[in-house]
Amino acid sequence: MKTDVLIIGAGGAGLTAAIAAKKAGVDVVVLTKEYPTRSQTCMAQGGINAALGNVAADSIEDHIQNTLKSAHGLASEEAVRYMCSEAPATIAWLDSIGVCFSRTADAKITQRKLGGASAPRACYAQDYTGLKILHTLYEEALKHDVEMKNEKLLLEILTDENGVACGAVVMDIRSGSKESYFAKSVILATGGYSRIYDKNSTNSVKSTGDGIAVAARAGAKLLDMEFVQFHPTGLKNSSILISESARGEGGYLLNSKGERFTNELAPRDEVSRAIYAEMNKGEDIFLDIRHLGEAFIDEGLPQERKLAKLYENVDPVYDLIPIKPVAHYTMGGIEVDNNSQSSIEGLYACGECSNHRVHGANRLGGNSLLEIVVFGREAGENAAKRAQEIASHATASAKDDFLAQEFTQELDFYTLREELGNLLYAKVGIVRRESELQEALGFVKECQQNLTKMGTQESSLRYNTNLIEFLEFRNMLDASEAVITGALARKESVGAHFMAKE
Amino acid sequence: MKVTIQREYDFIEYDVDMQDATLLELLDKIKTQQDNTLAYSSGCRSSVCGSCAVRVNDKEVLACSYKVQEGDKIEPLKNMPLLRDLVVDMQKSLEANKRAKTWLSSYNSEAKLTHEDEKINELQSDCILCGSCYSACPVYAVNEEFLGPFALTGVWKYVSDKREGEPKEKIDTIQTNGVWDCTLCNECTVVCPQGISSKADIEKLRAKSSQFGYMDPNFGNFGGGFDSGFGFDGSPSF
Ligand SMILES: Cc1cc2nc3c(=O)[nH]c(=O)nc-3n(C[C@H](O)[C@H](O)[C@H](O)COP(=O)(O)OP(=O)(O)OC[C@H]3O[C@@H](n4cnc5c(N)ncnc54)[C@H](O)[C@@H]3O)c2cc1C
Ligand code: SF4
Ligand code: SF4
Ligand code: FES
Repeated sequence: MKTDVLIIGAGGAGLTAAIAAKKAGVDVVVLTKEYPTRSQTCMAQGGINAALGNVAADSIEDHIQNTLKSAHGLASEEAVRYMCSEAPATIAWLDSIGVCFSRTADAKITQRKLGGASAPRACYAQDYTGLKILHTLYEEALKHDVEMKNEKLLLEILTDENGVACGAVVMDIRSGSKESYFAKSVILATGGYSRIYDKNSTNSVKSTGDGIAVAARAGAKLLDMEFVQFHPTGLKNSSILISESARGEGGYLLNSKGERFTNELAPRDEVSRAIYAEMNKGEDIFLDIRHLGEAFIDEGLPQERKLAKLYENVDPVYDLIPIKPVAHYTMGGIEVDNNSQSSIEGLYACGECSNHRVHGANRLGGNSLLEIVVFGREAGENAAKRAQEIASHATASAKDDFLAQEFTQELDFYTLREELGNLLYAKVGIVRRESELQEALGFVKECQQNLTKMGTQESSLRYNTNLIEFLEFRNMLDASEAVITGALARKESVGAHFMAKE
Repeated sequence: MKVTIQREYDFIEYDVDMQDATLLELLDKIKTQQDNTLAYSSGCRSSVCGSCAVRVNDKEVLACSYKVQEGDKIEPLKNMPLLRDLVVDMQKSLEANKRAKTWLSSYNSEAKLTHEDEKINELQSDCILCGSCYSACPVYAVNEEFLGPFALTGVWKYVSDKREGEPKEKIDTIQTNGVWDCTLCNECTVVCPQGISSKADIEKLRAKSSQFGYMDPNFGNFGGGFDSGFGFDGSPSF
């Protein structure tokens, strides 16, 4: 199959890119391994940043400065300036396609304050911001007649004899057969890699770093993969996110003795480390919002009450909520230039799988939804422009015949996946030590070498989720390797990367 | 705990050592520890992505928010082609959104949405496209082309939005295989995990249709032929 622009991933980034490319007048195909509306973008609750100053004074310059500060000097000022300056127009565009943002009484989009922001800057739609943005983008893509193909798993990026990207090989999950798509430009928008921490992550089970691993295998450069943001308040058993607004509204963090032990409103990395230190002393940690009262909790934090009841069997109106810090957002990703193009010509990236150098060592809450729309559009427009300049399609055949090998099934990859997640959490997590990083790297390398001893029990190709999960596990190993080697190379502590003495 | 799951050709019973777990946690345990071949879908684990809708004891639920009970019988959604085990093909049902044009057709930049206006379609915009309502709707047994509950809820979301400059176009679109084909049985409302009532939205769309001069086609034929009673439950619909 041939198209002008092929987009892999249909979350907020992929759909924005698709709409932009389609509007630029080229043919577009979007593929996703799920359905577009199931992408992780639907999980974002808190909000999307833009210095609108709708409820209190704010300025684009303040947004820029807050972002640069949080990035610990590792962001590109030019990219941050661009993103923050584009933010007001981005919100206006989202409003114009129908996103149901929460409003003030006088018909403005209302805003709230998230961590690290000097003003209430996050636009939101109750606690369903990501859901409403994602669904509206999906509907806008339907309106523009964007071709969307669901349940297709990216296996490989195709490059021609000059090393230029010219398409991708995917597996149709329903039939299990491989399909090749040829395109003049290819965009990756496959999301982040926090699920390498397995159950110790707030993320969707589908955030397995596929696009990053596949791009790296095709020769694309990755950047800053060691920066993984841990969110202080995941539910203890399920790691489901309890929103930062619980602390923002006045929630306390307590240890088993009922003592407060840190400033709850410090940046995420500091709070996570403070909790982790308590946990290492043998303490259990709890979030306490009882004093906020039932009426307030039901109005302001309804999802959190529901999730705490369901997953921890506690009612936050009367009980403490058991929590732990968990992997939440991955700052690292595919390195891209000012045009969102990776180090492989013709291959673009946007969203959490890419690194546009706007988050540096630590992302500000509300900046990720902004990034995916601003740079999604950039990637879409630039990829379309390139497609318009190219006369004809190049073709190439697949090089990665991973599945052609013999798999012996001596080892169970589900067990190893869980082991990997726990090992990374303990040794490549909130606090890192060189010897422990080496140990984790050893485990990852051994798993990589043993892949042929794994494989799947299920042999039928039709909707074989066992096989899909095995292929995802392979990607998780490659992403883990990049995280650990990045962490070993960066000796000093900065932002989310914290090195302790041996 | 023992549960039965509809597999390709038969129901299979699984015995899993688990208590106080969600159905999704139980499926994950079966998949990773007992039977790698089981197929089902999941994503967010927190009731917002709509991936994990299945039927338990003949009622639609989200596996990630349903606490599994001894003896539960678990099956895939209805009214959609079965792909495998608990996974159905949502393609056709989702295409209803495209046929119903659930999007903002023309942006009225003059419209000023206030906090109160926002409440008008807040609930409708909570839809997670899980397909539960579609599975529960009896109309599909007689009319596969029915636009159906979530798509019509999607239409009401835009028709009721002050920012939509062309609500009439939307109303025109839903006259055939749309609002008049619903039997107002309320099955969709009962199963919606987001508390949305597509039935109520359809009633509002019928009222809007009347304002734009459309009539309930069932009134015209009433008493006429075999089909005529369908879509009309005898009570005024708005
Ligand atoms: C619980 C939670 C709350 C959050 N809250 C906020 C917030 O309030 N504000 C904020 O700014 N950010 C927030 N974030 C972060 C933000 O939601 C994400 O960074 C962002 O949505 C990522 O969007 P994306 O389009 O890059 O990727 P995703 O939405 O993850 O989409 C990835 C797409 O790629 C597809 N895909 C992946 N691999 C493959 C493959 N191999 N083949 C084919 N398709 C593939 C997927 O199916 C999906 O369609 C939150 C994140 C979480 C988990
Ligand atoms: S209306 Fe309710 S049941 Fe139907 S798809 Fe939306 S959320 Fe699911
Ligand atoms: S009320 Fe209408 S849409 Fe809902 S289930 Fe009944 S017939 Fe279907
Ligand atoms: S897994 Fe997302 S709704 Fe259940």
